[in-house]
Amino acid sequence: MQNYSADDKFIRELDPKDHEISISTEDLHVFYGDSEAIHGVSLPFERFKITALIGASGSGKSTYLRSLNRMNDNIDGTRVTGKIMYRDLDINSQNINVYEMRKHIGMVFQRPNPFSKSIYDNITFAPKRNGVHGKETLDELVETTLKQAALWDQVKDGLGQSALSLSGGQQQRLCIARAIAMKPDILLLDEPASALDPISTSTVEDTLLALKDRYTIIIVTHNMQQAARISDYTAFFHLGNVLEFDETSNVFQRPKITATEDYVSGRFG
Amino acid sequence: MRQIFEEELNELHVRFSEMGMMVNEAIYKSVRAFIDHDKELARDVINSDQQINKREVDLEQRSFEMIALQQPVTSDLRMIVTVMKASSDLERMGDHAVSIAKSTIRVKGNRRVPAIEKDIADMSEVVKNMVDEALDAYVKEDEKRALEIAKVDDKIDDFSNKIYKACIEEMQHDPSTVVGSMDYLLVASYLERIGDYVTNICEWVVYLKTGKIVELSSNLDDIM
Repeated sequence: MQNYSADDKFIRELDPKDHEISISTEDLHVFYGDSEAIHGVSLPFERFKITALIGASGSGKSTYLRSLNRMNDNIDGTRVTGKIMYRDLDINSQNINVYEMRKHIGMVFQRPNPFSKSIYDNITFAPKRNGVHGKETLDELVETTLKQAALWDQVKDGLGQSALSLSGGQQQRLCIARAIAMKPDILLLDEPASALDPISTSTVEDTLLALKDRYTIIIVTHNMQQAARISDYTAFFHLGNVLEFDETSNVFQRPKITATEDYVSGRFG
Repeated sequence: MRQIFEEELNELHVRFSEMGMMVNEAIYKSVRAFIDHDKELARDVINSDQQINKREVDLEQRSFEMIALQQPVTSDLRMIVTVMKASSDLERMGDHAVSIAKSTIRVKGNRRVPAIEKDIADMSEVVKNMVDEALDAYVKEDEKRALEIAKVDDKIDDFSNKIYKACIEEMQHDPSTVVGSMDYLLVASYLERIGDYVTNICEWVVYLKTGKIVELSSNLDDIM
């Protein structure tokens, strides 16, 4: 692979006057033991927009995504420095209640991982544990979240059936519904469609496009066309640095950095 | 995968450049035939146009296939879009060369006006150079050069106006030149249109290099 200078970068600035920022990082570093996986990344994420994180395997995009709701806390020897600003609060600081914070910043993983429970219980599991009770309230919650995740019409007559009986695409949309049942502000998705066939991928993408009216979405994807199709902004990660962050149409038509150009056009990666 | 794609892109580029040379030759020969009243050469231009048309279709098919199968982005996409758009401009330029050749076949026997023919020859020389330079700017992806070349179109428009006036004067002065002068006017207008198409190609060279779509036509100046 050609060597690209980490100094050669372009990060589009989003003027807070024109762009409401939902969450941002400032000089975020992630260390696994002695090795530094993320070398000081500062990025803004605009509210009600989809931002795609792209880059080759090992570029740090998933590590970065997982830092945004402190999932890396669960890995021994991991250290994260720098700021993660959410509602004027640095959620990377020690005194943050991580469980509380994750209600605002939900996550969906690569492989659909519904609980081995009914569709209904998958949605209501977390809300119930957080004090939401009453059949009517829970019924309504199940209906609205499944509608938002574009799954309601397919499962409304079988809410009691096991979530594991659903197809892969349906399971992934159930996981998205489960994440939004807690009414988060931000949805983090780590390659949510990479284990799905093209039709299921397309339905998940449609779901995300519909959801961006209500949520700020940050998605890691290896699929260039997916990033081009659904995202408003794209950040290109390379060896733990973000070399380019810009509107997606610029990144795929006239990127400013050679490394981005080479990656999105398939010259490496 | 990428290596095959690179080869296909290069092939597209080479075949487009060849088409540029074919069209340039057709323009040159058509004007030469017109000035020399060489019907044979004019027929040669008309017959060769099929090759140009076929080449345009070939470039389009290759472009569509590469878009469908390789889903190109950034500079790869710009290269393919440029070839598709500019090859259509080249094809139209070839059609105008055919029109000049057809005038040649018609014009034989008409009363000639050497001064106007000289202007047409000079005008065609400017057009030919402009085509040469535009193709060179494409090969070198030199958008600054393309912007310069587009300005030469003003010179072609000046020639066109000059020939128009000379023809009108000639027709008023000596009605026996009316039929011939009409052909002079037509040929000058074909050359003028060719200049406009070269300007379009210059616009695509700018797009190829920068991704920006620009309007370089000087025709707007006339009406604004």
